[in-house]
Amino acid sequence: MSAFAATFSEAISLLATFDHTVAEIVALSLQVSGGAVVLGTLIGLPLGACIAVGRFPGKNALSVLINGMMGLPSVVVGVVVYLVLSRSGPFGGFGLLYTPLAMIIAQTLLVVPLMAAITRQVVEDVWQRYAEELQLMRFSWWDSVTTLLYDCRHSLVVAVLAGLGRAMSEVGAVMIVGGNIDRATRVMTTAIALETSKGDLALAIALGMVLIVIILALNAVAFVLRQWAMRRYG
Amino acid sequence: MTIFPLRIRDLRYRPNGREVLAGIDLELGDEGITLVLGPNGAGKSVLLRAICGLVQPSSGSMAWGAEQGARPEHGVMMVFQRPMMLRASVLHNAALGLKPFDLSGRERARRAMAMLERIGLADRAGDSARLLSGGEQQRLALARAWLTRPRLLLLDEPTASLDPSASAAVERIIREIRTDGTRILMVTHNLGQATRLGDDIVFMSGGRVCEHTAVQPFFARPRSEEARLFIQGELPWRMRL
Repeated sequence: MSAFAATFSEAISLLATFDHTVAEIVALSLQVSGGAVVLGTLIGLPLGACIAVGRFPGKNALSVLINGMMGLPSVVVGVVVYLVLSRSGPFGGFGLLYTPLAMIIAQTLLVVPLMAAITRQVVEDVWQRYAEELQLMRFSWWDSVTTLLYDCRHSLVVAVLAGLGRAMSEVGAVMIVGGNIDRATRVMTTAIALETSKGDLALAIALGMVLIVIILALNAVAFVLRQWAMRRYG
Repeated sequence: MTIFPLRIRDLRYRPNGREVLAGIDLELGDEGITLVLGPNGAGKSVLLRAICGLVQPSSGSMAWGAEQGARPEHGVMMVFQRPMMLRASVLHNAALGLKPFDLSGRERARRAMAMLERIGLADRAGDSARLLSGGEQQRLALARAWLTRPRLLLLDEPTASLDPSASAAVERIIREIRTDGTRILMVTHNLGQATRLGDDIVFMSGGRVCEHTAVQPFFARPRSEEARLFIQGELPWRMRL
């Protein structure tokens, strides 16, 4: 059997036997990326909708900035969060560095611009059509934001999925602020990088397969839900 | 405080130098249904938008009420030819207009449900508003506006592209809204509808009000040449611009 096939076979057996190490890493990954996506949703979606609905000086510049930050290098975010959370940084006293919470913070900073930019685009298109009627109904700015977010909820699943994809596949920031500590801050992407460098390709491939399956499964669920919602609500 | 009479004087609107409203003079009393007729491009819809504040006129004045003040904060609503329907239930859409009011969610839903019963859509309350037919959506839009108890309701071709039975259902609701004490200003291209619904007619052409008169005299003896040609379906294109 070739080395390639042997590695895959070993990876599948690791998954089939529900290897404890794999399970731990997967669970922490879901916890960290899930936390970042929840926070990103709470911040990014309203932020994007506010930019879409608001009329203020610098709106275009802010839109460009948010769009640009979609491609923010994760290592840069990692370094910034590292500096802020390190002992000598402004939030060093909280002792968050090398904890899952630090990783959530870093990933949140990565996903917020992405989610906000997609939300702004989606909401702005709908706002063009609804603005006059909401204005006539004397909707406040905030009422308009919440109404539009509600109306676009099915389309905004894309923003949430994009954020989830970015968070789960990201390695640079969590490596820097988490430290890839075994049984503490090791997530799938950092474990894959480490195991590959150590030559344990079976574990790396097993984790990679889990990562891909999780992302595909979430996308499939979102697709089915969106299809259902389109049929239900038009 | 009443918002009538509404006196419009020399109202002009010139976006990008093109004269869409060319000096409108119009006075609306506090009851009835006024139909706005005229060819395409006459400025009918823009006039409605100017009245409700969606369009900022270039010049002229609009004075409201006995004190001839500015446009009131509440009391003017407009229903569009293709009304906004949220991706939500019929009940949710009906209650939407009450959101800015200081009412509990339960009270908003109760009032909206009562209104749906009144317009014959109660059995569709849980359905998606976007899946309603065009006529049902228009009835829902009227209900949403009516729920806010407007003093003046502006209707921009609410029965355009509806079949006769759907149009009749919409007309019934418009009559009820009028009976309920709401002043109605409505744009239509349907001359039959004008005779059925209207108390008076405002005929516009080229961004001006050519005549404002009661329905019967308008159709029997139109004063302007434009109106005569329009009724006969012979208004030449050059006069429409």
